[in-house]
Amino acid sequence: MLVDSPPEQRAETAPAPPNRRAIRAIGLLASLALLALAVVASIAIGAKALSVGEVWHGLFEDSGTYADVVVADRLSRTVLGVLAGAALGLSGAVLQALTRNPLADPGLLGINAGASAAVVTAISFLGVTSLNGYVWFAFVGAAAVGAMVWFLGGSRGATPVRLALAGTAITAALYGYLQAVMILDNAALNRMRFWTVGSLSSATDSTVVQVLPFLLAGSVLALALARPLNAVAMGDDTAKALGANLNRTRALSMLAATVLCGAATAACGPIVFVGLMVPHVVRSFTGPDLRWILPYAAVLSPVLLLASDILGRVVARPAELQVGIVTALLGGPVFILLVRRRRTAQL
Amino acid sequence: MKTNRAVRTPGGMSVRLDVRSLTVVLLLLLAALAASVVLIGTGDFPIPAADVLRALAGNGNAGQEFIINELRLPRVLVALLVGASLGLGGALFQAISRNPLGSPDILGLGQGSAAGALIVIVLMSGSATQVTVGALLGGLATGIAIYLLAWKQGVHGYRLVLVGIGVSAILTALNGYLLTRSDLTDAARAVVWMTGSLSGRDWDQVWPLLALCVVLVPLVLTRARDLRMMEMGDDVSYALGVRVERVRMLLLVAAVLLTATATAAAGPISFVALIAPQVARRLTRSPGPNLLPSLCMGATLLVTADWVSQRVFGADQLPVGVVTGVLGGVYLLWLLVAERRAGRI
Repeated sequence: MLVDSPPEQRAETAPAPPNRRAIRAIGLLASLALLALAVVASIAIGAKALSVGEVWHGLFEDSGTYADVVVADRLSRTVLGVLAGAALGLSGAVLQALTRNPLADPGLLGINAGASAAVVTAISFLGVTSLNGYVWFAFVGAAAVGAMVWFLGGSRGATPVRLALAGTAITAALYGYLQAVMILDNAALNRMRFWTVGSLSSATDSTVVQVLPFLLAGSVLALALARPLNAVAMGDDTAKALGANLNRTRALSMLAATVLCGAATAACGPIVFVGLMVPHVVRSFTGPDLRWILPYAAVLSPVLLLASDILGRVVARPAELQVGIVTALLGGPVFILLVRRRRTAQL
Repeated sequence: MKTNRAVRTPGGMSVRLDVRSLTVVLLLLLAALAASVVLIGTGDFPIPAADVLRALAGNGNAGQEFIINELRLPRVLVALLVGASLGLGGALFQAISRNPLGSPDILGLGQGSAAGALIVIVLMSGSATQVTVGALLGGLATGIAIYLLAWKQGVHGYRLVLVGIGVSAILTALNGYLLTRSDLTDAARAVVWMTGSLSGRDWDQVWPLLALCVVLVPLVLTRARDLRMMEMGDDVSYALGVRVERVRMLLLVAAVLLTATATAAAGPISFVALIAPQVARRLTRSPGPNLLPSLCMGATLLVTADWVSQRVFGADQLPVGVVTGVLGGVYLLWLLVAERRAGRI
């Protein structure tokens, strides 16, 4: 707790010296460069490898050659990867600040379960079979569960523990339903088993267009919440004493996280660990200030997502390993390492 | 009712007797047995409770005796034993991790067993027995892996839970991958297994479970005292003469064995291991690890859930894991409302 730390220590950590700010800004630029690199790699690498020149040609001087078609095809999944990655990173960072739990994850609030339950309902009972059809259901399901968690968690009096408990409870009940439907309906199982692993490969331009407005609105909201969330991090009492409107901040954070994670999940299926891990790693570099954590998370999460997607395309060539599987296989060990590195008192 | 009483023997020994816990254990045992009799009588061919009791005593007619002894009794025994193992295993995990959410589901043991079973189902199209062996190996390997990964000059409870969450996520991804790689028939079989089902369980599943329980339950119960002291923290327990790390390892091995065997027999039935110890604790109002009440609660819970799934969905339409999953959600919601009303969270 900040309030309890001795004064000399506080003086050491509180005001960031100017050169530290410069380092952070340079780091952010470097991260952007990394993202650009990841985008190019994501377009170039795959079953048909392209040179950087061919990627450039396809992007800016499209003349309909074979390579240009490949570029156009990989472009939509890359764009989706950037957008969904940024959304997952931002929603993870917002939720970690909101619940004051460095290990919070959008899945914790039942958002993935809500999307999954809505998609299985759409497939099994409403006969929806196109991916563009799922998107709306997944989004509505995620939003509905987000709202439910918010109200069950006590809306205005919501505390981190209540929100997490409400999310876990709803997740449990919805997974029971999900499994029941998959057992009774083989066709639904057949579609769901591919949807639940989370993948960028099924993305089309129209998927991107469908979720784009939500992702943009959610990102703007999340970035605007950085300052109020900084106050929340100091504990309820201190935040109130500093004049922060806790209820409004909580409601808006919940809204931003739900919209972001819901839209990303709607487009790609549930992808774990990106929203958990990236803000966590970023924090160790930027310190606890969300005005830096959020932009960093928004830039570096897509890097991780695209890198995972590329890896999934490379290791199982010519088939693909879905990106959700790769992020979990990469993220799990890193997560365990992070847990092991901390001292017991910090856990 | 006075909840604690000291019983003194003429030889000068004295035992502290928790009357309320004892009553709860007896009532739960009674409830488990009653539910078992009702469950045996439930099915496509309903048998009244009186006839069930007569047949179990060996005085029923031939047809009823066949149905009961060969078909339904083993299933109910599996339910009782699996429920008991999960209840006890859950209580051990929660006590060791000092976290009410530290159940084997959350720690990834269920996912580990599922990974073992899925490998057998998807890659080898193995028989039911092979699936059981695969699940057992998967569960045990996961338990060992979590313990080793969480080890750092001893195992700290919170680290155990977090490492378990990480392992669980990795295994979930692996299972998802295996499901996408299988053909649809195998996938359907795998999903039923992963939900946790009691249908078609026979005497072959009963004996190993029973043998394990006979060995492990007394062993674990003799350590309940150490476990109670360990709730005060490692340092205090050392000072009180408990070899903390040794006891912890012994009990963790027991908990992993119990959970892995139960899961191998019936699949990763969700929430029994999480809820049974918590409900038992609420009933006994006793702060200790509540091992015996949790065991009885687990057995009662699973038999009742199986009965509910048969009554609500029809015989063998949906596996029991669906009911326990929904039940778990409802319990957590109730907990949320109750704790809020009490102003604790």
